[in-house]
Amino acid sequence: MNIESALPTFIAESRELLSSMDDFLLLLEHEPDNSEAIAATFRAIHTIKGSAGLFGLDCIVSFAHVAESVLDRVRDGELPVDDAFTALLLECGDHIGQLIDQVAGDQQYDDDALTARGAQLHARLARLLPLGPSAAALPINDPSVCRAVLGTNKVDSARNTDADCDVDGRAVASDNWHLSLRFAPGVLKNGMDPASFLRYLSTFGELVRTVTLWDAMPTAETMDPELCYLGFEIALRSAATRETILGAFEFVQDECQLAILPPHSSIADYRRLIAALPEGPQRAAELLLASGTLSAAELSAAVQPGPEAAVEVGEKAAGIAASTPAAAGQPSTLIERRSAERRNVDRRGQEARFVRVDAAKLDALINQVGEMVIASASATLHARQSANGVLNEAMSLMSRQVEEIRDSALALRMVEIGETFHRFQRVVRDVSRELGKDIELLTSGNDTELDKMVVEKINDPLMHLVRNAIDHGIEPADVRLTRGKPAKATLRLNACHESGSIIIEVVDDGGGLPRDKLLQKGIERGLVTPGQNLSEKDIFNLIFEPGFSTAEQVTNLSGRGVGMDVVRRNIEALRGSIELDSAEGVGTTVRIRLPLTLAIIDGFLIEVGNSSFVVPLDMIVECLELPENDRQAGNGRHYLNLRGEVLPFVRLRELFGIEGRAGRRENVVVVHFAGQKAGLVVDRLLGEFQTVIKPLGEIFRHLRGISGSTILGSGDVALILDVPATVQQAAHRESHPTHKSFSTPAASLVPSAVN
Amino acid sequence: MDIDYRRDGDRGSLALAGELTIYAAAEAKARLLAPLAECRELTIDLAGVSEIDSAGLQLLVLARQQAAATGKSVGLVTPSQPVRDLLELYDIAGFFADQPGTGELA
Repeated sequence: MNIESALPTFIAESRELLSSMDDFLLLLEHEPDNSEAIAATFRAIHTIKGSAGLFGLDCIVSFAHVAESVLDRVRDGELPVDDAFTALLLECGDHIGQLIDQVAGDQQYDDDALTARGAQLHARLARLLPLGPSAAALPINDPSVCRAVLGTNKVDSARNTDADCDVDGRAVASDNWHLSLRFAPGVLKNGMDPASFLRYLSTFGELVRTVTLWDAMPTAETMDPELCYLGFEIALRSAATRETILGAFEFVQDECQLAILPPHSSIADYRRLIAALPEGPQRAAELLLASGTLSAAELSAAVQPGPEAAVEVGEKAAGIAASTPAAAGQPSTLIERRSAERRNVDRRGQEARFVRVDAAKLDALINQVGEMVIASASATLHARQSANGVLNEAMSLMSRQVEEIRDSALALRMVEIGETFHRFQRVVRDVSRELGKDIELLTSGNDTELDKMVVEKINDPLMHLVRNAIDHGIEPADVRLTRGKPAKATLRLNACHESGSIIIEVVDDGGGLPRDKLLQKGIERGLVTPGQNLSEKDIFNLIFEPGFSTAEQVTNLSGRGVGMDVVRRNIEALRGSIELDSAEGVGTTVRIRLPLTLAIIDGFLIEVGNSSFVVPLDMIVECLELPENDRQAGNGRHYLNLRGEVLPFVRLRELFGIEGRAGRRENVVVVHFAGQKAGLVVDRLLGEFQTVIKPLGEIFRHLRGISGSTILGSGDVALILDVPATVQQAAHRESHPTHKSFSTPAASLVPSAVN
Repeated sequence: MDIDYRRDGDRGSLALAGELTIYAAAEAKARLLAPLAECRELTIDLAGVSEIDSAGLQLLVLARQQAAATGKSVGLVTPSQPVRDLLELYDIAGFFADQPGTGELA
């Protein structure tokens, strides 16, 4: 097995562990006595250390070892958890993260800086440990060694179980693997022979010494010649990995007692082995000595009762060493009864409910599903035309299946926004500390799902908004108190779904946007003419102008005025929108609206002239026939009375400059978006239609009103309406009647065949 | 597996030929142990063993242990190549070499 192929998994999993470690440390800041959090932090470091050891990443191992020793003391109640402590460990987590980045080749950090930082953190950690060679003994290695070092499989298992007992942690001198095998009685009947296992081992190593034992053999009367009574203690010299060696026993792991100790395991490990062997400690010690793995001195050290001896001798009676270490992640270096291992695997299986999938494969699948949707639509159309009842029924069944597959495939791309919000806990903590403000982050709507790509792209804009809020929005504590606000400020991140969009809000209870200042600045910069009648919203939107900033102090976080316009651009690139709402002295809300980017949507097909358009189904409120009087009203009036409500409408024919005249009957599709309603006047309503959104080409990037195209079952092209843009246009036209409609290029976009 | 048993007073000899494996183990057990009832010294000639597995080995061990328990002795002589190989794999040539009458096993 080539262990290098597992490296990406190690990197990904370690990063996850570091992230969860972050969470627990943040929790510990508020709840210093939370033992669960302490244990979890320990486990995270322990697992990373163990796994790093498999890959020979000594720099990570040595650093993690010290951190682990410190956490061990905390776990034992010898060290208190205080602010300085959690801050230190957060830094250590960051450092390990950087070391892992180095291994991954993602980021190139300055080696010297990294080493220096490591040494500094190491020193701070070491101060928290008792004096003694065992405690922080491992040297800091040059991080450049971490890169592409996979070779030796020396697992450093010099774990300190008792900081005061030097001997226990000492590594055994022999550099052979030690295997302790007790075959199950039924092994021979199952057609396997211990001899073949030993022969197999010798194909990737040298059996330096084999001690064969038959202590289990009874007297002649009861001895069953077909059962196996053999056991072995073997010293194996091998460069193979633990996996390879363990793999040799794959077929008998279920029934045999197996222990594999890597080279230079600790005295403590051997003590545990002796306690666990079924022959009793004395005979076990004899066997180990005979195998040559332990020297006489090491053996006598191992045989001294250690701190855990009492517990283990009791368990030994069962013949099973249940000494699985507290860390669920680290594979036990001791007796691995297959069932115990299986228990671990099951537990890990429960934790690992997720499967890692290559993003490219996922996208390819979605594309294929898209093609399937189109093909199915085409088939359905033909089926209808053939007027074959049986066929139609079959097609309708298939369409349902296709719909379900479509939904499932799309759901794969959906990710909960809670993950993103979660990361901001750390950001808020760090930034507020930096600025000396006390800010609490509350989130809601964590399980709101959105497309994975959108989640990735929304991260930077959100980061900027959060920093802004903390930096400029929230006032210093004393100012807040004079305003009658609590000293502790609240920042909220909210997410929810609303009519086919996802809304994300960044809300702070800070000082709000200074309306007058903004206006003044706008005048200064020539964006606003004095006396111009601007709504509050318009004034707030000035912030999005490039270079606009009313911040008195430019910090290195924000205030340079290069932020908000970029934020808006990023959000608009996602076909979203952003708006601000604020009350001076009370706070500010930034509201971001994003489409649920669906590659395939449920749409409603409409026709204007010879052109087909698709309207997203979940934006449609109702359809009705355009009342006669409103039809006749002509260009003057673009609104109608919908059951007492004023409904502005847009004639798509006009909007897109489609030739021809309207027929006798026109229909209105009432759509809603962002709290606004509008009507789209079209010729024909053609019904529900599953649509695969095909993006328009680069040329059409600036086209307003159309968000994509699709292929109909007939092979014709239909354009997908960008309802928000269209609606805004309609509303805008109401207040600015002189503005023109969309320019004509739209009409030329409706070729009858797709190329 | 053919087992040829000769006795001369209280010394017996067994000559094994064929496969000393799990398939013959049940039968072989009886035939290996029976002579111990009448002999004080038993020599087992392994030159004819064409194949041996752990089950077969266990029987040899059993014979020795049984003998030791009753103050008798069992010696193994002229091991065939398959027997040598297994003894070497299990590193137990020494175990069989320390009783009188065993001769050279190495």
